[in-house]
Amino acid sequence: MATSYQTPDALLVKNYIAGDENALALLINRHQSKIYNFIYSKIADRDIADDIFQDTFIKVIKTLKSNSYNEEGKFLPWVMRIAHNLVIDYFRRNNKMSMVRDNDEFSVFAYIKDDSDNVESKLIQNIIESDLQKLVSDLPNDQREVLVMRIYQDMSFNEIAEATGVSINTALGRMRYALLNLRKTIEKNKINLSV
Amino acid sequence: MAKLYSRKLVIKTKMLPKKETINFILNYSKALKVITIGNMKLETIVN
Repeated sequence: MATSYQTPDALLVKNYIAGDENALALLINRHQSKIYNFIYSKIADRDIADDIFQDTFIKVIKTLKSNSYNEEGKFLPWVMRIAHNLVIDYFRRNNKMSMVRDNDEFSVFAYIKDDSDNVESKLIQNIIESDLQKLVSDLPNDQREVLVMRIYQDMSFNEIAEATGVSINTALGRMRYALLNLRKTIEKNKINLSV
Repeated sequence: MAKLYSRKLVIKTKMLPKKETINFILNYSKALKVITIGNMKLETIVN
C-alpha cells in the first residue's frame, strides 16, 4: 500500500480504465476525506452527504468506464466539481439555501484543538468560538464558502477555484474580502475576541 | 491579556464516508459494464 501514494492519480485512472478495479479503491482512499468533508460542509447531514458522495463516484465510474474522461491530470478537481454540482442539485430539489447550522452531530468549531486543560483557557476558547461562528455566518455566501473551504477544510485556492467554478483570482479575492469584512465587523462592533 | 489571534485555527476534519458507502461504490464499479454499440453506450449491471 505504501507505494500507492506514489502512484499519480492520472496513472491510477488509466489503470482503472484498463480494468484494474483496485486503482479505484486507491483513488477513493486517497481523496475520500477531502471530497466527503466538502460535501458535508454544505449539507451538514451525514446520511445525505454519504448519498451525494456515492452519487459522485457513480458518475465518476460511469464516465471512466465509458471512456468519456478527458481531464487527465486533474482527477481531484474534476471529482470535486461533480460533487459541487450534485450538492447544487440537492438544494435545487429541496428548494432551500445551503446553511451550516450546529447540531448534535456537527459543529464547525468543535474541531478546534485546545491543548490546555485550564478552565480559563477553555472559557476564552468558548467565547472566541461563539463570536467567530456568528461573524463567519454573517459573511456573504460566496465569501463564507471560500473561507470555510480554506480555513476549515484546508483546501488550496486552486482546489477552491475548481470546486466553486470560479477563477483562482476570484477565490483569492473572496477570501481577502471575507477577512476584511470580519475585521471590519469586529472593529465596528467593538467585538472583543480576547479576555 | 494577550490576544489569541495567533493561535492556529486550521482544522483538519477527519470525517469519512461510511464503509458501506465505499463498499457499495466498489461493488458497483465491479458490476458495471459499459458496452459501446455504434454511437450508443449501454450500461449493464453484471451480477
